[in-house]
Amino acid sequence: MIETLSSFLSSTVRMATPLLIAGLGLVFSANAGIVNIGIEGFMLFGALMGCAGSYWTGSALFGALIAILSTMLFSAIFAYFTINQYADQTVVGAAINILASGITITLNRLVFEGKVPAISGFESLHIPFLEKLPIIGILFQQSLVCYLAFVLVPVVAYVMRKTHLGLQVLAVGENPRASDTVGISVKWTRWWTILLSGALSGLAGAFMSMGQVRFFSEGMISGKGYMALAVIVLGGYTAFGVLWASLIFGVGMALQFRLQVLNTGIPYQILTMLPYVITLVAVCGVNSKTRGPASSGEPYIKE
Amino acid sequence: MEDNKAGKVRSFLIAAYYPIVSILASFVIAGIIMQVLGFSPYEAFKGLISGSLGNKRAWGETLNKAVPIALTGLSYAIAKRCGVINLGAEGQVYAGALCAVLVGTEIDFLPAPLHILLTLIVAFIGGALYGAIPAILKNRFGASELITTIMFNYIALYFVHFMIAGPIKDYSSTSNFAQSKAMLVTARLPRILPGTRLHAGLFVAVAALLFFQFILFHTTRGYEMRVIGLNQNAGEYAGINVHKNRILSMFIAGGFAGLGGACELMGVQLRIMENAFNGLGFDGIAVALLGGNTTGGIAASSILFGALSSGANKMQMKSGVPTATVYILQGLVILFVIGKRLFDIRRMKRTAMGGAVK
Repeated sequence: MIETLSSFLSSTVRMATPLLIAGLGLVFSANAGIVNIGIEGFMLFGALMGCAGSYWTGSALFGALIAILSTMLFSAIFAYFTINQYADQTVVGAAINILASGITITLNRLVFEGKVPAISGFESLHIPFLEKLPIIGILFQQSLVCYLAFVLVPVVAYVMRKTHLGLQVLAVGENPRASDTVGISVKWTRWWTILLSGALSGLAGAFMSMGQVRFFSEGMISGKGYMALAVIVLGGYTAFGVLWASLIFGVGMALQFRLQVLNTGIPYQILTMLPYVITLVAVCGVNSKTRGPASSGEPYIKE
Repeated sequence: MEDNKAGKVRSFLIAAYYPIVSILASFVIAGIIMQVLGFSPYEAFKGLISGSLGNKRAWGETLNKAVPIALTGLSYAIAKRCGVINLGAEGQVYAGALCAVLVGTEIDFLPAPLHILLTLIVAFIGGALYGAIPAILKNRFGASELITTIMFNYIALYFVHFMIAGPIKDYSSTSNFAQSKAMLVTARLPRILPGTRLHAGLFVAVAALLFFQFILFHTTRGYEMRVIGLNQNAGEYAGINVHKNRILSMFIAGGFAGLGGACELMGVQLRIMENAFNGLGFDGIAVALLGGNTTGGIAASSILFGALSSGANKMQMKSGVPTATVYILQGLVILFVIGKRLFDIRRMKRTAMGGAVK
């Protein structure tokens, strides 16, 4: 029983981690007024680049770095078209997703030639003493990226609430025109928040391909990027909100695996729907209470 | 008279300028990417074009591919005209196809024309009802359709996986892959051009395009939808029922996508296999954007996208470029169409002259 509970906890945390990382990036860009469905494509891109990087360099750490940097570059396409060309954010996001699926499938076939090579993934890092704790000890046997994600939560919360930078982001999202008048560069603020969210989505994708499994498969993100968007809405656009929301999703996904193993008689295809259904229920239940920034989705055209 | 004609040509050229330049630019960039990856772009594009437009048979394939994506394009467009972003055509396609397969395999006493008609109607209704749910959730709970429509895509997909692995599985097949029973002969769309595989789904797509044009521009409902799409507040002040129109637009949108799934099923696939209809919905979004959510634009751009996907196989054969590279082309086309200011000649001139650019 204790073992079951322990493995359930571990799988919850591991499932929640990519949503948490991507969600923390979205705390910045969403608060700056960006609605980015291209997160799905960013994560897919990061998942491939992480694997390819790890395959080339033989080091998971370098793989992660390559994923972060290349996805950040990739996100510049989104930033350029939405900010500099005033293009519709949803449309550019959709294009990014199509583009990412084309690029990743093409590169995957070229780099790995249809094989699944052994790559080094994120190793688990045991924290002394804490790992010996009953039941929750397993939470201290996770990978570095996983700890990093959780440590980032208070950091992001602090930056958003207590620093000048965070207030600028909030101001730009709430009223770009007024922010511009008082000398905040709307363009620059939106640019760096998108790049940051691109970098973190890349890491989130890399965690899926190198932390949860040890390979890249086409379409492996299967909606986790969209779930990250749901997480930010559900979490009320704050870092700690994102933490709770991604843990709820983590529980949903861990539950799904657990039920599959348990042989409940429910077909696995139906169980696979569970996280998506949870997302639906969550989005319906929460939306009346939280509200995004006023300028969400609107391009800002300087006069 | 002459002037009028010249004016028409001129306005057509202006309307066609951005799509054409965007497509050219996408081909150039995709060509550069192929070159970098070590392929011959010349061979690739030659294969792509000859495989899609090279002969009568290729044209048949191109139009067959264009049919479902014209329908999913209409699905995105009619919702968008009413201010709803429908990213759920993917799932609505499956909902329609699933309904079509039930009618097309279980009802065995109807003559062909009636059976086809009934299958299409049921597919429309199935897709439409599935499409209406996100609209209802938006009205009732304020849930963003950006997220809900996508979640419904996955739910439909896995439900179909469940159905073809059990309740509607073809147990007589020796295939290792789960698949539904095949459509009865009376529920298949007939071929309409000798020497090609072109099927009667083309008529369904044309009818849907005409219906789209009619309802949006020749009915009061369509007028109301367009007002809401342009400015929801103005619509409300004018006393238009936003909630009702939103549901109606998503109902029709889902119906269009459902028809798309049915046409692909009844004319090409003949049975549902895992993931066989993936991508039709998102291709439709691209087609609608490229066509500016207009009837003629959607017709033309669905043929373009049909050509891209029907030529992809020959491209891979002739040059080794993976078929998925076509997605890169599609993504680029959308980006350049939406970022068309890049190609604004007057703006370029101003920049070149060193003038202030807004």
